[in-house]
Amino acid sequence: MSRIHVTTTVNGDAVEFLADPRDSLLDCLRDQLNLTGSKEGCGTGDCGACSVTVDGTLVCSCLVLGVEAEGKRIETVEGMAKGNDLHPLQRKFIEHAALQCGFCTPGILVAAKALLAENPDPSESEIRFWLAGNLCRCTGYDKIIHAVQDAAAEMRGA
Amino acid sequence: MRYHAPSSVAEAVRLAAGATGITRFLSGGTDVLVQLRAGMVTPDDLIDLKKIPGLREITRTPDGGWRIGAAVSGAEMGRHAALCSDWPGVVEGMRLVGSTQVQGRATLAGNLCNGSPAADSVPGMVAAGARVVVTGPAGTREVAVEEIPAGPGKTRLKPGEMIEAVLLPPRGAQGGDAYLRFIPRTEMDIAVVGVGVSLTLEGGKVAAARVAIGAVAPTVLLVPEAAKAIIGTTLDDAAIAALADAVRAAATPISDKRGTAEFRKDVVGVLAGRAARIAHDRAKGAAK
Ligand SMILES: Cc1cc2nc3c(=O)[nH]c(=O)nc-3n(C[C@H](O)[C@H](O)[C@H](O)COP(=O)(O)OP(=O)(O)OC[C@H]3O[C@@H](n4cnc5c(N)ncnc54)[C@H](O)[C@@H]3O)c2cc1C
Ligand code: FES
Ligand code: FES
Repeated sequence: MSRIHVTTTVNGDAVEFLADPRDSLLDCLRDQLNLTGSKEGCGTGDCGACSVTVDGTLVCSCLVLGVEAEGKRIETVEGMAKGNDLHPLQRKFIEHAALQCGFCTPGILVAAKALLAENPDPSESEIRFWLAGNLCRCTGYDKIIHAVQDAAAEMRGA
Repeated sequence: MRYHAPSSVAEAVRLAAGATGITRFLSGGTDVLVQLRAGMVTPDDLIDLKKIPGLREITRTPDGGWRIGAAVSGAEMGRHAALCSDWPGVVEGMRLVGSTQVQGRATLAGNLCNGSPAADSVPGMVAAGARVVVTGPAGTREVAVEEIPAGPGKTRLKPGEMIEAVLLPPRGAQGGDAYLRFIPRTEMDIAVVGVGVSLTLEGGKVAAARVAIGAVAPTVLLVPEAAKAIIGTTLDDAAIAALADAVRAAATPISDKRGTAEFRKDVVGVLAGRAARIAHDRAKGAAK
């Protein structure tokens, strides 16, 4: 099985890796680039733990092939904090205790960031609808929704 | 598995026609990748269509209809205001597919070619009178959407044939469409029943209509008798009742863990009436 050379941009850095064509983007991020923030909860598009953006579009990286990343711009949870400065969403998740085990958190942070880029002032139901593909077995979701609302308000300067 | 990313339809078709093993086209991959990872289908040749110019575009056709490239995602359709205003039912069917993440990738062509009887975008396309542009080794032809599914997981595409685009006819004045599905949850589930209705009005009466039902037969079905039940009426209660009877008569559902045959037959009638009323309101210009 011949491996394919892939050149892409992850969190602003040019990177390259060799991918088996069957490898998912999630496999490549975790196993080739050691970016283990994105998680595999299901591998079938149901849980959202692997959420990343590709050219600004939110996707499940388990349902993207690594070879499809060629020439794209990938953003993962590792790109959210700037050095020691957490992204407002990350700070608000801690403040609101919007996580317990934390397995769903990277995917939800990436998904919420994509939401706020498209809609800086989402209603509660818009947040719940947008995040319907991100499963959390611990928090019961309410704290996540509150953290996203609070971060959105801060980011709007409200 | 060999991965190909051709830069033209001709090249994609040449690759597919020349392939000898298991071959799959890759649009959004939300079915292909699930089947690959589950070990259900490991293609020998995977032909990615997303790098072909034009396949990711939504354009107005000269007659005032729409051409939606085969690799356009649900999210891209949802952002297209003019398309949403002409064909809200087609768009809402596609927008029900999966989560935000799945919407970033999933396509109409993939939903149709995956061949699920419960595919959410298909009843809306059939009701709209959508056609697909099919290109293969023998050239290009246009086919009505309802001619594509052959049964669960099967299509009537010939070896080497791919869908280039979905064509929607001009909406015209006083037209409206709608798609409704029943699922046990509010999100992220497979349709137990789906119904698409498209109609046009003239002088307050239904002048033309198409009704399609999903998840109640081996393929999505166009039900001409259901259209007949409402054409010429003002969509009064009697017409709605006749519409419900017609779709119930056409449905041949199975019983499975998501619903019994009796339940599906009942619900298909209820949803047909509701979808027809929404399409009717939209045709009158309400909440288009
Ligand atoms: C979490 C999750 C939730 C989902 N929820 C729903 C739902 O609610 N409703 C629903 O209907 N579906 C649902 N699906 C299934 C899937 O997302 C849809 O069927 C989707 O529209 C498939 O489109 P795609 O572009 O991703 O197809 P792909 O996976 O790229 O392709 C699907 C099939 O079509 C073929 N194909 C693709 N493009 C072409 C083409 N242009 N010409 C010829 N053949 C082609 C492929 O070879 C393959 O056999 C869900 C999937 C996931 C993972
Ligand atoms: S691991 Fe990708 S959606 Fe669950
Ligand atoms: S915090 Fe445990 S799954 Fe969400």
